[in-house]
Amino acid sequence: MKILVVDDFSTMRRIVKNLLRDLGFTNTQEADDGLTALPMLQNGDFDFLVTDWNMPGMTGLDLLKHVRADDKLKTLPVLMVTAEAKRDQIVAAAQAGVNGYVVKPFTAAVLKEKIDKIFERVDG
Amino acid sequence: MAELQIDPQAPSFQQEMKDLAEDLLTKIDGGDLGKIVGVVNNINGVRDRTLYDEIGKLTRGLHNAIKDIKTGDELSEESGMGQASDKLAYVIEMTDKAANRTMDLAEEGMPLNTEIFEGAVDLQEQWQKFLRKELKPNEFRDLTKKIDSYLSKTQVNSKKISSKLSDILMAQDFQDLTGQVIQRVTKLVAEVEDRLVDLVAMAGEVDRITGISHGESYKNEPQPEDDKKIVAEGPQIDTSLEGVVDGQDDVDDLLSSLGF
Repeated sequence: MKILVVDDFSTMRRIVKNLLRDLGFTNTQEADDGLTALPMLQNGDFDFLVTDWNMPGMTGLDLLKHVRADDKLKTLPVLMVTAEAKRDQIVAAAQAGVNGYVVKPFTAAVLKEKIDKIFERVDG
Repeated sequence: MAELQIDPQAPSFQQEMKDLAEDLLTKIDGGDLGKIVGVVNNINGVRDRTLYDEIGKLTRGLHNAIKDIKTGDELSEESGMGQASDKLAYVIEMTDKAANRTMDLAEEGMPLNTEIFEGAVDLQEQWQKFLRKELKPNEFRDLTKKIDSYLSKTQVNSKKISSKLSDILMAQDFQDLTGQVIQRVTKLVAEVEDRLVDLVAMAGEVDRITGISHGESYKNEPQPEDDKKIVAEGPQIDTSLEGVVDGQDDVDDLLSSLGF
């Protein structure tokens, strides 16, 4: 399973990567915003995208919209891990086709639960 | 720091205008066109003079405000807006460093702990065998050696882990330093806000004299619901506000109500 972790803060990328490694996902790559992430997704065979929302360049929501609009990527499972905590925003992310939404600060258990749930649904 | 005075002469301007207006009415009743024009000119004169005074005060106030912010006596000697951003950049740098240091130490500690754990699992397996009397004499000799080396190894690893844990504690000292910096910048922002409020009051005086009305555009009208754009806003500090979720459980409830 190849995972792309997108966040503009390197510490948060590191935390997410560490948690993913603890969950058994060792094949991870990083990008620091949507603009760098999108070509990586288009050119690489990623199975899963974990993205922040608030980033310079291209935000996570715009990245999600681009992914859903791309024929090759539209079925890619996307988990948003973000500090954005307004109901309107969560609804907007859901409408844009997000598969899971985790608000920061989060725990390892929450991240695991959401990832498990996403793959349960994708596989089932 | 210079206090900004807001137009102490305002009542006298009003009084002057009122007197002149009454005078004008009397002159109009009198019907002498020359005198009427004279009073009108006087009215214009008072208005212009007061306007120049107020604009002068506004300019001076603006100048002082900028100077005060630049010298920033509320902050350190060399502070100002530029320094405030430098200070905040320093906060980011400090927190970044502390976070990475903490993660380095934790990552270094994990394999040491794994060694202790795996060693114990291995020993327990053989110890159970020994208790069940399934261990051959040569295996028992191996076990005693293993126990010996495990005990020394565990002492070394525990010591290393302890020192890493105390380094992790030490890495949290950024909170004190960044906290102080943020407090100072917060103070500066409050200061700037005070100056701006003073300036707005002075500008309001100019508006009053010139009769300028800014209409509705100055008010912060909430946008209609339809036009509200969904943009990133960063962390919500106050989760009790309407429309803000309070933690992951709220998010999950909201999403499940949407059919997730």
